[in-house]
Parts: sequence; structure tokens; C-alpha cells
Amino acid sequence: MRRIYLDHAATTPVRSEVAEVMTRYLTANWGNPSSPHSTGQEARKGMDDARKYIANLINASPEEIIFTSGGTEADNFALKGVTYTRDKKQHFITTKIEHHAVLHCAEALEKEGHAVTYLDVDSDGLVDPDDVRRAIRKDTALVSVMLANNEVGTVEPVAEIARICREHGVLFHTDAVQAVGQIPVDVKKLGVDLLSMSAHKLYGPKGIGALYVRKGVKIAPILYGGAQERGRRPGTENVPGIAGFGKAAELAAAELNEHREKLTRLREKLIEEIFRRIEDVKLNGHRRRRLPGNVNVSIKYVEGESILLNLDLKGIAASSGSACMSGTLEPSHVLLAMGIPREVAHGSLRMTLGTSNTEDDIDYVVDVLEETVKKLRAMSPLASPGRC
Amino acid sequence: MYSEKVMDHFTNPRNVGKIENADGVGRVGNPACGDIMQISIKVDNNRITDIKFKTFGCAAAIATSSMVTEMVKGKTVEEAKQITNRAVAEALDGLPRNKLHCSNLAADALHKAINDYLSRSKQAETDRAVE
Ligand SMILES: Cc1ncc(COP(=O)(O)O)c(C=O)c1O
Ligand code: FES
Repeated sequence: MRRIYLDHAATTPVRSEVAEVMTRYLTANWGNPSSPHSTGQEARKGMDDARKYIANLINASPEEIIFTSGGTEADNFALKGVTYTRDKKQHFITTKIEHHAVLHCAEALEKEGHAVTYLDVDSDGLVDPDDVRRAIRKDTALVSVMLANNEVGTVEPVAEIARICREHGVLFHTDAVQAVGQIPVDVKKLGVDLLSMSAHKLYGPKGIGALYVRKGVKIAPILYGGAQERGRRPGTENVPGIAGFGKAAELAAAELNEHREKLTRLREKLIEEIFRRIEDVKLNGHRRRRLPGNVNVSIKYVEGESILLNLDLKGIAASSGSACMSGTLEPSHVLLAMGIPREVAHGSLRMTLGTSNTEDDIDYVVDVLEETVKKLRAMSPLASPGRC
Repeated sequence: MYSEKVMDHFTNPRNVGKIENADGVGRVGNPACGDIMQISIKVDNNRITDIKFKTFGCAAAIATSSMVTEMVKGKTVEEAKQITNRAVAEALDGLPRNKLHCSNLAADALHKAINDYLSRSKQAETDRAVE
């Protein structure tokens, strides 16, 4: 059966060049980078090279990159690491549409007695920089706003928010896990102090990520152990993962424009075709300020899980923010924060594009989707008869 | 995640639709996740001769609706009243734990349709008595 993967926001396939490099650091160069002998130093070299490529991808210096076990740890490290540089209770500002790695960490900080403001977003999922300005207090330690949302793809006005934070002497963190590799990310132009990334969203391996910490920004470790990563993140490094991340970053930097143009073209085609062929659909997220590879639509009168299963039976992998999909039976917190009614969130369908997708794939997907929606609407007590 | 039976009823649902001039209609919403199900029945001589459903919900909700219509067809009203959500789930070779609540929807809609039929026939009886 033909298989089409449209869930690149969940994870991406590891590129063969990446797997090749990783294999070298699993077999030939398997040493411990902390060891002074040649076996160790060969591994260290691989790690140092990777750090340069990753730094280069976001216009940082290699010393500003700290490797972590992924995007989740990078987010936790940013929030807790800043908090634990001081003894007193502090205030944080974030948004209602962050990834759970930020939201649940912020909730944990609240339990420790810190205060958190969760900012609203508008119906496109955009944060208003003025809301950030208004929310800043004397005791605000950190503001965290994601660069691009993983569900609806909305790209936030991070440079403007970072400038406001700088004016007020408040640190600024951005979760750029979905953005890095898809859109240009330049830490200097953005003016951010901390930035999270994850290799498996840019055709690298899972379980490896990094936190960018601008030179001069103080951060306390959240794990205790050896002196790795200049004492800020202990533990023998995941050298194969780091080397793979480095290779993925090198390729992403070289192919960024081409990749972005391709995904944008496919995205526009997918959105246009869905609107042309299926009635009563709504695009979730900002029409233009969105990730090149993100399409998120609500298809009224049908439920997301039943759409996904039908697509899967035809070899198409996608995702949904429907309540029926979540363990908690709550629709996606992102869609709810955007003010989307529950029944509309119910029919949400996220399709995220990647390198392997073609124009031909889009035609096939829209054919299958149209047929699926017709079938499900014929079954739906909400749809008016005779409509597709 | 789902049993073969669930997938079968999900991909080939039986008795989809709405009966015109139905003798009883039941519509229920699932308070847990917001799904909606509607069942209409035709009753002849105390026997359910036809039943159709419409469902807005997940695969488990669609499969349980379809299954319940198969289980009920041809049964007497009393027999149909005995059908529980548990029996529907069992007939589908089980449902994932977090999807058990979906089977409530099917049984509830069925019972509501039967009650609607019973109250309508009672009403018809009193109407006749008054005449
Ligand atoms: C925006 C965002 N932040 C954080 C994460 C977590 O990254 P990881 O899976 O590497 O822990 C993800 C990935 O699911 C994400 O999309
Ligand atoms: S009906 Fe919503 S989870 Fe099954």
C-alpha cells in the first residue's frame, strides 16, 4: 500500500546521512569524550564538530550550546535553571498555547510557590506583545513564548517580545523545537537569551536536543553529577545522538531555503485543494504567519479520530486535536485557547509536511480526505443531508 | 488498538441513517467528550423491525452504534431493553479502557428511543380512550 507520512511535527525520519554518522560513533568512535586518550578524544572531536554545526544553524557560538536529552529537557532546564539561580520566589510569564514541556513545568514551579501568568492568544493563536509588557512585574524572572506552535503552526512575534523583555531587564526563553530547520532562526536577530531545540524534528535522532544559553546568562543545573557541558549538564554525553544532531543541523542549514520553499508550495496546494473540494472547513492558525509545513483544519460535523483512522487505512499518517484522541477527553488546549468551539476542535486535523512529500501525495491525500469526509458526514447527526 | 470487530463495524457500519416516520427516536450526547448519537426505531407488533443510527464521534462510538443496531434488529421491545453497554462492548470483542464510555452512548440512545416509542404508544392509547 502507498504510504504517505504527514505527521512531521510529531517526528521526522532520520536521514540516511545522519544514520551513517551515528553508526560511526556507535561502532568505530565509541569512546567517552571526557577521556584524555585517543579513543576518548576521537569521540570528543565528533561532539565538538556537531556543536559547531548546531551553533551555526542558529547563529550562536559553540560555547552557548548545551546538549540535553531533547526538547522537553531543554524547556525544563530553561525554566528551572533560571529559577534556581536565586533563592526567592519569582514570577514567570508564558502562554496558554505552549507545549506541555513548558506548561507542566510552569505548573510545577507554581507548586513550589512561584507565580505564573499564562497569556491568552487571539483566534489565530498569536500572542500580543503588549500583553507581555503589561504582565511584567518587579519580580518577573523569565518570559517564555514559543517561536512556532506545534499544533497550528502559528509563528509568534518573538523578536518584539524579546525586545520588551530586554527593556525591562527580564530574561526571555523561546521553545524553537518546531521552528529550527523549517524557518530561519537567528538568536542574535531574535534577541533571545535561551532557546530550546530538538534533533528529531529536523531529520535527526530522538532523545537529543539542546538549550542555547546566551553568553553571560546565568543558569543553574537541574541535574547533579560530573563536569560535562562545563558543569551545567552532567552525564556522559550521548555522542552518537549528538553527532547525528550535528549532521542534521549541517544539512538543515545548507538546505533551509529550498526546504522552506518546497514545504510552503505543498502547504498552499493542500490548503487550497481542501477548501476547493470540501465544504464547511476552517483553517486553524494564522493564514500567513505559519510554519511552512503546517496545515491544521477543522472539518465540521465529523470527529478527528474517525478521520485519522480512515486516513490510516489508506496509508496516510496525520494527527488531530480531538477530545476523543486525548486520554483526558479534553480537546487540544491550543485550540481551546484560540477560542475554537469544542465541537469544531473535535473535527481538527493536523497534517505536517516534510521532505519526502510530493505534489502527487497532496492529490492523493485530498482525494482520500474528500471520500472520508463524505462517508463520515453521511453518518453524522450534525450534518445537513446532501452536503459534503 | 481496536479489535478486528470494531474495525469491521467502523469501516462498514450497518444501518446508517434515519428512519422516516420512526416509532421512536433517541438522541444522546456524551458528556465526557461531546459526541452525539441518534437512533430511530420502527416497531411492529412489539418487535423492532428496523433500526438506524447516526453518530458524530470516534471509531469506538461508530462501531458500538453499528453493533447495537445489529443486536436489536428483530428483537422484542422487552428483549432490546435488556441490552447493556457492557454487552455491546463484549460483542465487539472489547474496547480499549479509555473508550468504554463510548459504548454508553449506544445503549443510552437505544433506551431513549425505546422509551420514546413506549410513551408515544401510551399517548396513543389514552387518545383512543378519550375518543
Ligand atoms: C514545541 C515543542 N516543544 C517541545 C517538544 C518536546 O521535544 P522532545 O520530544 O525532544 O522532548 C516538542 C515535541 O513534541 C514540541 O513540539
Ligand atoms: S465518542 Fe469520544 S472518545 Fe469515543
